Amino acid sequence: MSAKKTPNGYTLDDTGRRVVVDPVTRIEGHMRCEVNVDENNVIRNAVSTGTMWRGLEVILKGRDPRDAWAFVERICGVCTGCHALTSARAVEDALGIRIPPNAHLIREMMAKTLQVHDHVVHFYHLHALDWVNPINALKADPKATSVLQQTISAHHPLSSPGYFRDIQNRIKKFVESGQLGPFKNGYWDNPAYRMTPEADLMAVTHYLEALDLQKEFVKVHTVFGGKNPHPNYLVGGVPCAINMDGDLAAGAPLNMERLNFVRARIQEMIDFNNNVYIPDVIAIASFYKKQLWGGGLGARSVMDYGAYPSVNYDKSTDQLPGGVILNDNWDEVFPVDPRDPQQVQEFVTHSWYKYPDESKGLHPWDGITEANYALGPNTRGTRTSIEELDEDAKYSWIKAPRWRGHAVEVGPLSRYTLAYAQGVEYVQDQVNRSVAAFNELAGTSLDAKTALQSTIGRTLARALESQYCGDMMLDDWNQLIANIKAGDSSTANMEKWDPSTWPKEAKGVGTAAAPRGALGHWIRIKDGKIDNYQCVVPTTWNGSPRDPMGNIGAFEACLLNTPVERADEPVEILRSLHSFDPCLACSTHVMSEAGKELAKVKVR
Amino acid sequence: MTETFYEVLRRQGITRRSFLKFCSLTAASLGLGPAFVGKFAHAMETKPRIPVLWLHGLECTCCTESFIRSANPLAKDVILSMISLDYDDTIMAAAGHHAEAILDEVIAQYKGNYILACEGNPPLNQDGMSCIIGGKPYLEQLKKVAEHSMAIISWGSCASWGCVQAARPNPTHAVPIHKVIHDKPIIKVPGCPPIPEVMTAVVTYILTFGKLPELDRQGRPKMFYSQRIHDKCYRRPHFDAGQFVETWDDEGARKGYCLYKMGCKGPTTYNACSTIRWNEGTSFPIQAGHGCIGCSEDAFWDKGSWYARLTDIKQFGIEENADKVGGTVAGVVGAATVAHMAVSAVKRTQQKGDQE
Repeated sequence: MSAKKTPNGYTLDDTGRRVVVDPVTRIEGHMRCEVNVDENNVIRNAVSTGTMWRGLEVILKGRDPRDAWAFVERICGVCTGCHALTSARAVEDALGIRIPPNAHLIREMMAKTLQVHDHVVHFYHLHALDWVNPINALKADPKATSVLQQTISAHHPLSSPGYFRDIQNRIKKFVESGQLGPFKNGYWDNPAYRMTPEADLMAVTHYLEALDLQKEFVKVHTVFGGKNPHPNYLVGGVPCAINMDGDLAAGAPLNMERLNFVRARIQEMIDFNNNVYIPDVIAIASFYKKQLWGGGLGARSVMDYGAYPSVNYDKSTDQLPGGVILNDNWDEVFPVDPRDPQQVQEFVTHSWYKYPDESKGLHPWDGITEANYALGPNTRGTRTSIEELDEDAKYSWIKAPRWRGHAVEVGPLSRYTLAYAQGVEYVQDQVNRSVAAFNELAGTSLDAKTALQSTIGRTLARALESQYCGDMMLDDWNQLIANIKAGDSSTANMEKWDPSTWPKEAKGVGTAAAPRGALGHWIRIKDGKIDNYQCVVPTTWNGSPRDPMGNIGAFEACLLNTPVERADEPVEILRSLHSFDPCLACSTHVMSEAGKELAKVKVR
Repeated sequence: MTETFYEVLRRQGITRRSFLKFCSLTAASLGLGPAFVGKFAHAMETKPRIPVLWLHGLECTCCTESFIRSANPLAKDVILSMISLDYDDTIMAAAGHHAEAILDEVIAQYKGNYILACEGNPPLNQDGMSCIIGGKPYLEQLKKVAEHSMAIISWGSCASWGCVQAARPNPTHAVPIHKVIHDKPIIKVPGCPPIPEVMTAVVTYILTFGKLPELDRQGRPKMFYSQRIHDKCYRRPHFDAGQFVETWDDEGARKGYCLYKMGCKGPTTYNACSTIRWNEGTSFPIQAGHGCIGCSEDAFWDKGSWYARLTDIKQFGIEENADKVGGTVAGVVGAATVAHMAVSAVKRTQQKGDQE
């Protein structure tokens, strides 16, 4: 191949030098990326590969549907809880179970806590080192850092010169030890790092602050679900019963003390979003103001199922409304129906799976997943020692989901694009205010759409979603208190708990706004057991390989035409890939229905 | 407990001159001035932090997430001041071959003096290629790093037992670490995930006392896994009094009665959830109203529904029956010698180092 055009409008050219990044680090799970760069070090071809799978769906077959939440929760311990929630919704949908309003509010608070936690940890601990140089922070003047902090965020209490000096001394001591731990072999002298030492020191300080605080945020899960990671869920509601003023309330799952505790954690999340996370993203972005690449598919076609209804079971009240936008036309939003066999379909022509007819896609209710690990004729290396993949053949453990045949991007940027386009005032206001703040700091005059449709915009949308979730969570908490006050303490609907009340066959679907994007679980139940279970998760959409028509997915699209400073140091590749917050354990958990063994590694 | 970095180099016949050159190259690669060379040299000549290589196989990353939840000590203090977390692909800055090079460097420089922390497990089907690192099976990376490690920590139920991907029918043939590494002391810290403070306590115990914690017959630290959840559950008096939750959100659920009839696996699960509790002692599953699902036990996925009542436990006279159940569980996999073997293996490693 030399240059060729994909049906979804991208030009791929694999004639230049091939650069391989494996493993892609600071993600969940295992991933590989190969790109071709031209003579000017601009990326002209991109190949993204999911390099793991675990087979959870086949493991679920024949099990009690009420147990499924715990199995699928273990798909991912980073976005912990979102698969459990989606599973409970799928089972309830299949069996016609409606959960009480209090259970809905508690699940919403758990889901939004996850959003804030996951987004904060992603930005500071998985993404920041793509922009922030901790070694450069040693050169900072702590007084100037203090001034910078007070300029960008007047309300953050931790801003004195002494505070920053202490942190700087600690980093200095760490670096002087010669043992750099997680910072070892970073690209610290690469000119792609553009921030001043003062800004680097501020950001590294917040890396540590966020590390301390994230463990506080998740305590909302601990109160409602008993632990984090992997809190407990329940089909039909939530397991945490409410006892405000009766006998033995002190030993009840939820009482006044427990709810006060949750309220305090919500406030911590709101404050951190407002005072640290949002100002940091804007300030850091201002140093990279000219880097408006990376929009990729997010600048064209986006999708979400819609989430956060203020009235449960009424999609018209979704506070982040769903839909599909195609080819950057924000004036037309198509409705999404996960039940429609023509809409969501998965293809496997370039995935390590087998279909009877690989030119066609399959809806998840009718999904087949039969493993077929095979490499193409142009692969360099061997079956168990891959040097370069052949992307014209099968090259990933991720399937290729499409909406009516279109490759779409999912995630916070997609949700924010859909919300902005559909006139959600809170979102429009957030986006407009933060872009204005960015323009002021950077001396630019970008419009909202231009700013959003980039790697930086994807990162900004995630921060704004964290802020929105913090605020929505407070509404949920207030509503829960109002319900209890009005005499409703119910947390579970047990009418259909007993399998003898279930129909002989049923099928259902559950969706959620997972931190990384649109999440759907499809279940078929037969004779009280799981007959088929399929998950189509955000990174399956974003990390998908090519489809039979040749359309590329979001990871591959975002890298195209990105200039890199040093082809050997993939910091620009990491920046754009990390802006999606890839979750590979999520995307690649499927496995052959037969679960057959094809070959084994010899042990000893 | 370990030699200093400088001592290791000298032992391997590397001159002081080369050592200083290494220090200056390190400083230069970080864009730092010559002033740092002396500081590096001083630090490495005194006491290095023990290197930890944290590998990820088939897993969900809940163990890393749990580790960073630790309140005492804080994860940042462990990483900045106690260990040298030189490889953990979830948080490390380097990627691709720059990341993989770290493994070779640490193995060469700290041979026999680093800890291998395993999260997740290797799959054996598909030529091992259902978990690929650097174009090769994860199993290769695991064996390479294990070979020269001082000891191995098997974090969580994946590395300890197999966990969810190894549940029936185990489509990828995922196996726990001890099935593929036979010649190293292995500390199992099971749970899905383990309790954050239990994870950091295991690490700090090793650093503080210079030895591995005493292990039970199954290879778990006795200090955290010698009691069942049920033994110290705050709802135990309700069990003894015959007061049970009969259905979700009933009167008993609101009063915090015993969850045994709702399928709680507390009576057969060895873990510290009811004593240390979760997330800085905030709560634990039973306190939040759901029964224990037994996530620190071998093959807990295949022992029946979360909501199926344990059958061998009578309402009264629990002691005898629960002990019987617990004893059986403990005896299935365990080998009484594992704990002693582990400790003595480490001692041997140390003695060897001292002699040379």
